[in-house]
Amino acid sequence: MQADLLQAALYAVVLVALAVPLGLYMARVYTGDVTFLAPVEKTLLGAAGGGGEQSWCTYAVSLLLFNAAGFALLLAILMFQNVLPLNPQGFDGLSWHLAFNTAVSFVTNTNWQSYGGETTMSNLSQMVGLTTQNFLSAATGMALAAAVARGFAGRQVRTVGNFWTDMTRSVLYILLPLSLVLAVVFAALGMPQTLAGSVDATTLEGAKQTIAIGPVASQLAIKQLGTNGGGFFNVNSAHPFENPLAITNYLSMLAILVIPVAFCFTYGRMIGDRRQGLALFAAMGVLLVAGFAALYAAEHAGNPLHAAFVEPVTGNMEGKEQRFGLIGSVLWAATTTAASNGSVNAMHDSLTPLAGMVAMLNMQLGEIVYGGVGVGLTGMLLFVIITVFLAGLMVGRTPEYLGKKIEAKEVKLAALTLLIMPIGVLVLGGLAIAVGTAQSSVQDAGPHGLSELIYAYTSATGNNGSAFAGFNANTPWHNTFLGLAMLLGRFGYMLPILAIAGSLGTKMPAPPTAGTFPTHGTVFVVLLVATILIVGALTFLPALALGPIAEQVSMLAGTTF
Amino acid sequence: MSQIRATLVLLAVFTLLTGIAYPLAITGIAEAVFPAKAKGSLVEVNGTVVGSRLIGQSFTSDRYFHGRPSATSGTDPNDPSKTVEQPYNAAASTGSNLAPTSKSLAEAVAARAQALGPGRQPADLVTASGSGLDPHISPAGAYAQVERVATARKLAPAAVRTLVDSRVEGREFGILGEPRVNVLELNLALDKLPPGGAGS
Amino acid sequence: MSKHAPNEIGLFAPEILKPAIVESFRKLDPRGLARNPVIFATALVSVLATFLVIQEGIRGGPAFWVGFQIAVWLWFTVLFANFAEAVAEGRGKARADAFRATKSTARAKFLADPARRDQFTLREVDLLQPGDIILVEVGDTIPTDGEVIEGVASVNESAITGESAPVIRESGGDHSSVTGGTTLASDWLVVKVTARPGETFLDKMISLVEGAKRQKTPNEIALNILLASLTLVFLFVVVTLPFFAAWSGTTIPTIYLIALFVTLIPTTIGGLLSAIGIAGMDRLVKANVIAKSGRAVEAAGDIDVLLLDKTGTITFGNRMADAFEPAPGVTEQELAEAAWLASLADDTPEGKSIVDLAARKFGLAEDGRATSGTFVPFTAQTRMSGVDLPDGTAIRKGAGDAMRKMAGVPLDAQVEGVIKRIASAGGTPLVVASGTRIMGVVYLKDIVKPNIRERFAELRRMGIRTVMITGDNPLTAAAIAAEAGVDDFLAEATPERKLELIRKEQTSGRLVAMCGDGSNDAPALAQADVGVAMNSGTPAAKEAGNLIDLDSDPTKLIEIVLVGKQLLISRGALTTFSIANDVAKYFAILPALFVAAYPGLAALDIMGLGTAQSAILSAIIFNALVIIALIPIALKGVAYKPSSASALLSRNLAIYGVGGLIVPFVGIKLIDLIVDLLHLV
Repeated sequence: MQADLLQAALYAVVLVALAVPLGLYMARVYTGDVTFLAPVEKTLLGAAGGGGEQSWCTYAVSLLLFNAAGFALLLAILMFQNVLPLNPQGFDGLSWHLAFNTAVSFVTNTNWQSYGGETTMSNLSQMVGLTTQNFLSAATGMALAAAVARGFAGRQVRTVGNFWTDMTRSVLYILLPLSLVLAVVFAALGMPQTLAGSVDATTLEGAKQTIAIGPVASQLAIKQLGTNGGGFFNVNSAHPFENPLAITNYLSMLAILVIPVAFCFTYGRMIGDRRQGLALFAAMGVLLVAGFAALYAAEHAGNPLHAAFVEPVTGNMEGKEQRFGLIGSVLWAATTTAASNGSVNAMHDSLTPLAGMVAMLNMQLGEIVYGGVGVGLTGMLLFVIITVFLAGLMVGRTPEYLGKKIEAKEVKLAALTLLIMPIGVLVLGGLAIAVGTAQSSVQDAGPHGLSELIYAYTSATGNNGSAFAGFNANTPWHNTFLGLAMLLGRFGYMLPILAIAGSLGTKMPAPPTAGTFPTHGTVFVVLLVATILIVGALTFLPALALGPIAEQVSMLAGTTF
Repeated sequence: MSQIRATLVLLAVFTLLTGIAYPLAITGIAEAVFPAKAKGSLVEVNGTVVGSRLIGQSFTSDRYFHGRPSATSGTDPNDPSKTVEQPYNAAASTGSNLAPTSKSLAEAVAARAQALGPGRQPADLVTASGSGLDPHISPAGAYAQVERVATARKLAPAAVRTLVDSRVEGREFGILGEPRVNVLELNLALDKLPPGGAGS
Repeated sequence: MSKHAPNEIGLFAPEILKPAIVESFRKLDPRGLARNPVIFATALVSVLATFLVIQEGIRGGPAFWVGFQIAVWLWFTVLFANFAEAVAEGRGKARADAFRATKSTARAKFLADPARRDQFTLREVDLLQPGDIILVEVGDTIPTDGEVIEGVASVNESAITGESAPVIRESGGDHSSVTGGTTLASDWLVVKVTARPGETFLDKMISLVEGAKRQKTPNEIALNILLASLTLVFLFVVVTLPFFAAWSGTTIPTIYLIALFVTLIPTTIGGLLSAIGIAGMDRLVKANVIAKSGRAVEAAGDIDVLLLDKTGTITFGNRMADAFEPAPGVTEQELAEAAWLASLADDTPEGKSIVDLAARKFGLAEDGRATSGTFVPFTAQTRMSGVDLPDGTAIRKGAGDAMRKMAGVPLDAQVEGVIKRIASAGGTPLVVASGTRIMGVVYLKDIVKPNIRERFAELRRMGIRTVMITGDNPLTAAAIAAEAGVDDFLAEATPERKLELIRKEQTSGRLVAMCGDGSNDAPALAQADVGVAMNSGTPAAKEAGNLIDLDSDPTKLIEIVLVGKQLLISRGALTTFSIANDVAKYFAILPALFVAAYPGLAALDIMGLGTAQSAILSAIIFNALVIIALIPIALKGVAYKPSSASALLSRNLAIYGVGGLIVPFVGIKLIDLIVDLLHLV
């Protein structure tokens, strides 16, 4: 246990040490102060001709257009991969619903996979299709965060930046350089990188073993850095090719959170008040540590149903890999669900019930515990608006954030986003039960089956992408509705926060006085965390009581299903 | 209209840049600098590829150390329309995904444990790995099999145990991950042990 | 400071409560309920519950009795919310009735020709239009609002302000405005009507306190949106629950789902929201302030900068003698005597204060010398006043330059030094001369009102900066500013500079409040975010301000700020309380609903409630009763002590947040014990 906690502590220290300078660098990228690729940037944007400063509305239109086009391209590649080149295994084109689901999934940075990569995707689909969107969906989220930060910082301005510029800079200065470095490191540490599709081996016992292979390292780097999480192989980062060593596991976990954490500092720098970013960092950190602690405790306790047959020292090892151990898997599970990454290095379906519930809650809170690149920050800002509103009333002033009045318009937009998770998870999940498609897709009987369903719709709406993988999502119904949940969970948050940023940008900030309560102090951080937890808990407690909580009490009572 | 142009231009450029140039560049670098790793860390014995050191393989013989239970499956060689259990199918990775309260999981764990002997067994030997391709077992899991392997190979248990000792990998950098034994490499070393070993 | 209000109403006076109960039922009208999303949703599901219970009753089902009780308490929830609003309105109505009683029913004396006061015709008050000219004579009640165009009279405004001393109203200047409902105590006035029928201040006040035309304030609208979206969230939670339950093989009776829904949605704040708003307005009216819009009241809570006129607000209206500074060779008593003589017949406050000081210091008493002399009043030409004694001695007091001119020679250097010192300390040096002999200087000083310093410190703790506005020179202004403890001052103020200052503060994002009465204040009043016009002021000023103080008390601003803040705090605190309550309700209801499917979930029943049915019933009873229990807080407002925002937030979070988590655990458990004791289920 000591060794476990030491690994976790080391992770936290290195993560923050990397995120702070990266965050400050990113702020310079978005203010245009990083110019080492200026000629490339200028040529590109010149050719694109996307105009100058945009209002939030125009920015949103650009963002939507670009995502729609990316969706169309990916959909076409997936459906027609059989007639396209680079298909060494000769895979078929995808069905319409799987192609729809997958295209939506990668464009929305969810990277939910209703399929197994090595049995479905050609190398062209993996590279040109999926890897491209791994970059572009991440860049979209990052551009959004930059625009939102500008709006929040703005003093009576009508514009929030230029989408094409932000997008281009995100790729050129942040995602691509980091991915290049990380991919080479990954390759050096043993991840395959080849255009071959598979290798045949003759095992020591004389059997034939076909080993799927491909350009893994390059996809893995951006998969983690861009909080994408879509694996090359079915089991994602549990696969020894995607994650051959404890050190690759460790680097992957750092890559999962480094940009989301860095955005707290980017934000602080861009709005000109470091402490505000620090407060968000602290609130997210409290939630992450609490989630990790609960997950670890549940998994470390192991499964009492197996206690008679299993040495208790290692905790629950079903679905985990020996080289990472319990801690390497638990820490990963906490970060990947918190960060809206969704890659897994252990099978979440086999987590003990309460550990599975923490993973779900991490997503149900709205993917704001650092969250996805860019969108984690902006999602958190929506909660900040709600919290500021309540807190502001309690100190007897019209609520203010960064000196700007939070009025009916902002509250309306933020309150609207409170409906997204309940609709995506409860309404669409309930609908699946009502029409019977849930029952036919789950693997396990009893309350765990319900958990599989809730997890699937939670993951989709939260744009996470991890799964209780026993759930068979590759049906027309689930592919369609999970796809819709992903769209809702992506653009349902993006547009309101962009509108709020647009509205706040036009306001004149009032200088702080003793009468304005500070949004960087401990009291506010506590209140923010409490608001997030209470909203999340109140929304999902009934469903969770029938899923993981019911399973936990059944497990303790010695019941199997 | 300028928006549509920007969309098309940037989507095309970024597809070329991130979808083609980037993976090809990494492939080029990897194949030039780390060719063995780039191709999957394959292990050859006498010119034959016997597997990848990163990918576990199925061992059923008592003469070999066994890896962890694997939940992968594959098409039935006799009837392609059916799927059958096929441990360590490296073309279709998967975990069991069984629930903690799953009856079949509880039964499987019990059966695996009882097959290994009475009482509690190392967790890695009775639970399925996440990938179904886990190349490692815990040192405890290896030591638990020493007796059986030594008997099957008519070797001194002490010699096999010494071999295992030499094959235990500690935590990386002394802190990361868990101590472990690579099953394929252990078995390859086992095959190289002189018959009769250090005299029984 | 506010004077006593026209009438004081107990929190639960029977004359308010009885009609409020009737009104609670009348408010079940769906058109009214629809204005409040949370309570409207509660009413809708109550109808559904009633229907289900009747069905169960006809079927003779076993769940009838508990269902019946749940339905009854659902209706109580709606009624209690209505009751809260009705009580708040009732208090306003009582006040309105008092106002209405003062409204003149007599006909107005209409003047066709303003010059011919003797030729008036009687006209119905309702027919008076702005611009009409009317005559008001002693004993008449002024029929409507207007501006005095001729005459001087004392007006008794006690009906509106509660202040019994009559005030002077005259044409021209800043005291030309009269209010309908007040009475002429002397003389006569010719008044130009300025208000349309039904739109006088009295009318506005009546509709304001009755809440008839109450518009939702901006923050109230925002809060309503948040509450509506929370209601929707819980609707999704409850509507989808049967499907998740069905998965587990459980059927949840619809009536229980309804109970769960109503306990989860924020009925507490939803039920009290309008009562809080009405009570806030009521508190303002009690302080004799009329808000032209709810927005202004909330803005008052938000202000960052308070502009206060020095004279009358920070200092007493007049300067007072503070010390005698004799010239060389003159004793202090000689100087005091000369000054005393010069002032005995002087009616100005300054003159009186000199007499007072001399009497205090040297026991000088009237001895006939002064009265036998001839008083020389102050004129703009001489700029001095004094007395010519029977012995021919001319004693004069005046400003330094006037006296220099009179003396014809430069003043003594030491006297000049004293003059300079006094001026630089913010005082007024009054030079006294007997004949041509300069006796010395009287130090006239601005006297800062007692306790004003503490009030400013209070404002500072709330984060409000005070700026003193004065026509004085910067030197004088700085001295008084330091003494009064204001944060800043604007010296040599003119209406233009005042306006400029407000604009400057606003462009840096601050909200500014000010009060004023004169016509030249109108632009600044209009520009300020909160402009309090004195009721005694000109119509232009009253038109420009968004709040009107009937007492014409400039320090009222501070009170208005407090009312505005209290209004917001009450809403925020009760919202927090309402949401925090839900946690306990889940722990009561969820195990009750699910324990049949998974007996292990009984572990969630940490309150150890009697049965599943009593748990649900107790939760819904608690949910209804808490509205009643919180009505006093809603009406009186959450206790508010000026302090920093951080301290305030911590305190309110501890009371209403943490309290909101704990209280329902205790309350539901207690109710459950009673429910079990009475065998209600």
